[in-house]
Amino acid sequence: MKKSSVVDLLLLLLTIAVLATPAFSDLVLSKVERRIDVTSQFARVTKTLKVVNSGSESVSEFTLTFPKFLGDNLAYLSVAQSEGKGKSKRHLVILSVEAANPKGKPDSISFYSVALPKPLNKGDTLTLEVVAAFTNVLQPFPEKISQADIHLVMLQESAQYLSPYAVESQSFSIKLPSARIESYTNLENTKVQGSEIKYGPYKNLPQYSYSPIVVHFESKAAFAVAEKLVREIEVSHWGNVQVTEHYNIVHRGAQLKGEFSRLEFQARPNPRGISAFKHLLARLPPRAHSIYYRDDIGNISTSQMQSDSKKTELLIEPRFPLFGGWKTFFTIGYGLPLSDFLFASEGKRFLDISFGSPMLNLVTEKLIVQVVLPEGSKDISVITPFAVTQSQEIKYSHLDIAGRPVVVLEKNNVVPDHNQNIQVYYKFSNINLLSEPLMLISGFFVLFITCIIYTRADFSISKSSPAYLAKLQWDEVLATLQEVQSIIQKCLATHDKLEASLRDLSRTGDIQICKAARKSTDSLLKDLSKELKPLLAFLQSSPSASQIYLKVEELVAKEKELQEKLMAKHTTVVEGYEKKSSGRDIENRIASQQQKIITLKQEVEDLLEFIDEI
Amino acid sequence: MGGKQPEPANVSSKSESMATNKASPDLLNSLSFKSLKLKTKQQELLIRVSILGLVYVLAFIARLFSVLRYESMIHEFDPYFNYRTTLFLTEKGFYEFWNWFDSESWYPLGRIIGGTLYPGLMVTAALIYWTLRFLRFFVHIREVCVLTAPFFASNTTVVAYFFGKEIWDTGAGLVAAALIAICPGYISRSVAGSYDNEAVAIFALLLTFYLFVKAVNTGSLAWALGSAFGYFYMVSAWGGYVFIINLVPLYVLVLLITGRYSMRLYVAYNCMYILGMLLAMQIRFVGFQHVQSGEHMGAMGVFLLMQVFYFLDWVKYQLNDTKLFQTFLRITVTSAILVGGIALGVGTASGYISPWTGRFYSLLDPTYAKDHIPIIASVSEHQPTAWSSFMFDYHILLFLFPAGLYFCFKRLSDATIFIVMYGLTSLYFAGVMVRLILVATPAVCLISAIAVSATVKNLTSLLRTKQKVPQTGSMKGAGSSKASSKVLLDQSQPFQKNGAIALLLGVFYLLSRYAIHCTWVTSEAYSSPSIVLAARGAHGNRIIFDDYREAYYWLRQNTPTDAKVMSWWDYGYQITAMGNRTVIVDNNTWNNTHIATVGRAMSSYEDEAYDIMRSLDVNYVLVVFGGVTGYSSDDINKFLWMVRIGGGVFPVIKEPDYLVNGEFRVDKGASPKMLNCLMYKLCYYRFGELVTEYGKPSGYDRARGVEIGNKDIKLEHLEEAYTTSNWIVRIYRVKPPTNRL
Repeated sequence: MKKSSVVDLLLLLLTIAVLATPAFSDLVLSKVERRIDVTSQFARVTKTLKVVNSGSESVSEFTLTFPKFLGDNLAYLSVAQSEGKGKSKRHLVILSVEAANPKGKPDSISFYSVALPKPLNKGDTLTLEVVAAFTNVLQPFPEKISQADIHLVMLQESAQYLSPYAVESQSFSIKLPSARIESYTNLENTKVQGSEIKYGPYKNLPQYSYSPIVVHFESKAAFAVAEKLVREIEVSHWGNVQVTEHYNIVHRGAQLKGEFSRLEFQARPNPRGISAFKHLLARLPPRAHSIYYRDDIGNISTSQMQSDSKKTELLIEPRFPLFGGWKTFFTIGYGLPLSDFLFASEGKRFLDISFGSPMLNLVTEKLIVQVVLPEGSKDISVITPFAVTQSQEIKYSHLDIAGRPVVVLEKNNVVPDHNQNIQVYYKFSNINLLSEPLMLISGFFVLFITCIIYTRADFSISKSSPAYLAKLQWDEVLATLQEVQSIIQKCLATHDKLEASLRDLSRTGDIQICKAARKSTDSLLKDLSKELKPLLAFLQSSPSASQIYLKVEELVAKEKELQEKLMAKHTTVVEGYEKKSSGRDIENRIASQQQKIITLKQEVEDLLEFIDEI
Repeated sequence: MGGKQPEPANVSSKSESMATNKASPDLLNSLSFKSLKLKTKQQELLIRVSILGLVYVLAFIARLFSVLRYESMIHEFDPYFNYRTTLFLTEKGFYEFWNWFDSESWYPLGRIIGGTLYPGLMVTAALIYWTLRFLRFFVHIREVCVLTAPFFASNTTVVAYFFGKEIWDTGAGLVAAALIAICPGYISRSVAGSYDNEAVAIFALLLTFYLFVKAVNTGSLAWALGSAFGYFYMVSAWGGYVFIINLVPLYVLVLLITGRYSMRLYVAYNCMYILGMLLAMQIRFVGFQHVQSGEHMGAMGVFLLMQVFYFLDWVKYQLNDTKLFQTFLRITVTSAILVGGIALGVGTASGYISPWTGRFYSLLDPTYAKDHIPIIASVSEHQPTAWSSFMFDYHILLFLFPAGLYFCFKRLSDATIFIVMYGLTSLYFAGVMVRLILVATPAVCLISAIAVSATVKNLTSLLRTKQKVPQTGSMKGAGSSKASSKVLLDQSQPFQKNGAIALLLGVFYLLSRYAIHCTWVTSEAYSSPSIVLAARGAHGNRIIFDDYREAYYWLRQNTPTDAKVMSWWDYGYQITAMGNRTVIVDNNTWNNTHIATVGRAMSSYEDEAYDIMRSLDVNYVLVVFGGVTGYSSDDINKFLWMVRIGGGVFPVIKEPDYLVNGEFRVDKGASPKMLNCLMYKLCYYRFGELVTEYGKPSGYDRARGVEIGNKDIKLEHLEEAYTTSNWIVRIYRVKPPTNRL
């Protein structure tokens, strides 16, 4: 047992004896029901208080008190006024609560004042429902255990309700995780029913009644505490809300002493190491996708997921089982559909998302929620159901220029009761959505433009160096060569036309058309040879083309020859037709020419191919 | 068309319409034909660029198997150190990195990181990272590190293309790029996550060689300068640069001997050597080795020889008198050799020039390491290569290589001489050490590419000329039946065409087999990160053993931040990188005595080992044990090396003490020293109570297939701190000394 808490208790008793402030005496609690649930690692207290105003004046404030050692560990407190009779018709109105500091307040008691919605008149009654959660009140005892030991914890409370008001009737029950109770303070009217201990009912208690009790019992709950949890919620208007959660988990139960034996931990049928926890269960929103689970050194492959339309359950297993005092760090991330969480109201958009961690029964000592809004969001405001520290930051992500505004919310001592939705309001225009694609497009555009400029521009330093000049000349030679090639191609095309006219002739026997075709090709070929001349002259003059020139010359000569042969063939055929010779006769006459033409054609093509390969 | 003739209107219109009717298809034909013809060069360029682009992408994606199978993570051992230093570089900046004294390794000595590493890889990754951040891509440095190797492998294919183009032609270049893109010998060291020096070094090596050959071919200062910078990059990236600085002078020497000395060579070598040397001196780890170490003296000798050659050339030009020149030649050569010999002798004797290192010796003499440096011999990748692994890594290239050599000799040039020398020397080194297969791979790919390209080119040209023969043949018989042309064809060359087709098909079959083999090898053998083990379960499902990371992460989270961990040196880098704890020894192996001390502790009795561990401030001891899973590369199988290395420094440790009749055993027949040494105790602590396999007695070691000899192990000074779920890693806590009463 901790010494400090013993001292606390003594102090408390002393002060209570002294204390008797009349200011609170107007109200009387006609009935108090207290239930404390310690099945998990924190204590969850629910109280139903029936308040009667027995004084003469109306009262608009109600005071709640806790012993200081509990009050210091208070994580969550909500007070609601219940209205209407019967369980089904009852509805709750949440009242505002704040820490109070009345005059002459003893150090060993924490005070909270509740503002009543309307003053309580004389003789009126009121029912208050109080829910409070306390962390760190289950003290492991003994503080160090070996692997084989069971995990025992201790709870201190008061069997009588500590209140500045007189209590007429009070009952108190403690719900334990199992029936295995090591010891408990036995007062009058104490009953043990299975895993539940009941104190009372006690009648007519004066103000500040207090009777300390201690319960020592086995707890099988996972004492998983997140020393620090950073939740990053990133909103993308492309349709996704990305949640990334970084957990620093520690087992806050009794510390492991001595060896960790894997053999015993894995032994069947009696594994030893029940004080350790192997799993954590996270209940994610439905339609969560792209879930990952990793840590500093990589992916952790031990996790299971189940999903249905209502929820997605993720069972994660840390790399190693956590014994008392052991720590681990990991990150889980998941994507959520934007339409489930982002809404619009009055020209603003708001994100409506849960504040706390999706892990079940996890206590968070320091929770930092970072809501990352899209770049260009304005007029940001946050509504939270409880007080948090707020600040703003800028975060840079892919393709950001101005950075994304980040709302940072911080809260200490967070329990699952804090898993309520927060709303982040902001303004965002859809045009901003296009900025990033446009940036990418312009980036590629600039890249291509520079490539084009680079290939077209001339970057040589010395414009007069022989190498540069030679290169220029060579380029020119190549250009000329290409022109020569195209002209030769044209010539060949004209040849084909001439041949076609001959074929027509053999079909129709119309000599006139054939002659006309001959005439037109003649003029065409003449033009082409005229065009060819300056090119050839250039090639002859340029020194770097001396070897190529020979080939080109040969090509041109062959082409000329081919042309002549073709013309000759044409004339022979036309003459033959004019003389009305038989087809066979003409064919015989041109046979030798035809052979030559074919070989020439082949040669010309070979030469062209050769030049093409330069 | 062109109906401008002065003819009667009706005729002209008729002729026109006919002409258009007839001409339009012709025109179309000629147009398309013309455009095709005009663009052949562009088409060829397009095809070449797109092939190269596809090869580039292929080289990248073929290396992503490991990311898809496992995850984006760093592999093996050394890459973890590289990753850790890169992280440090990106966080603290270059200046801090250069001056980094790492107290987390080699406790209590520490290690001067900046002065004992090749920074090329880290600086490259950091530059890529900074560039991406500048371009507003906020990627994690881990992703950059994981993808560095595939990225540089892709770049290597481009260099291989240009190299192939330089030594043979564009076809060979393309084939070389395609071969090297998927060659298992290269992939083994450059899959995604294999963030090691070799990843960028092979690129740098090939680039240096390419630029040097280009410089020799052109005699241009610019290319020589380029190769000097390539060499600088190589020196900054990998210790394998010694290969360049010896191969290049050797090549120059061969050219000199074969009478291929030219001004081009003079310019290329001098510029590359002097500038490359000066640049290399900027790397702290290399420092003055270029002028002080025996391994670099050859390059300097060849440099001086070049000057003598040049001088003699000049004198010869000036003298014109052959007799006088002969005398002069004799005097100069003798005096030059004398001076050189004396300088070398004095340098070596005075200790200015350091002798060759053990690693260098072990390359020239494969048996050297086994006898003298057990720490080098203990590394599996330093073993001589088995034939099977040549076949595994090269596949058909092994047969294409000699064929390529034949082609090279047939068309001997400065460039082909280089590639032949590169191929032969590196292949020899690949035979000496398994890991040097990597260095030989580019040469083998290039030479094989020459063989493939030349063969295919010859065969297709055969086919092409044949196709023309029937054409002319059919034309000759203008109008005659086609049967005659067929006869002509059959008569001209009876089997050549069919033979060529068959051979071509054979080549393509072989190449496709190669591609299949490469893909298979990559996916099955080379894509495992070795830190995560995968096995097939009884039902064919995949079981993952992630014990290493489990243990390292436990160390990271649940030990004091200043805890010192003792383990065999293999795991040192991983413990510092993933466990973030101080280690006694790691994979750097710079201090043999320190490693021997750990080896001694592992092979001593527990109380002796306790004194050693106390003197080293050890808090935790980590051993790797595969007895439960049948994982065979564990510490018990490495144990004899610990004994040997420990015994090499401390004669107290004697190898025969651990053997029974020269046999290494762990069962009941094992030697008593073996059964009670620290390593045995730590591995088998409480293992005797475990039933590992159905139908076998408890304490059955699945890795060695025996029942262990000492089942009742008690630890006095240590206690089990953590054992991973499959028992692969076991961590023990060293207890503080008991109070003296």
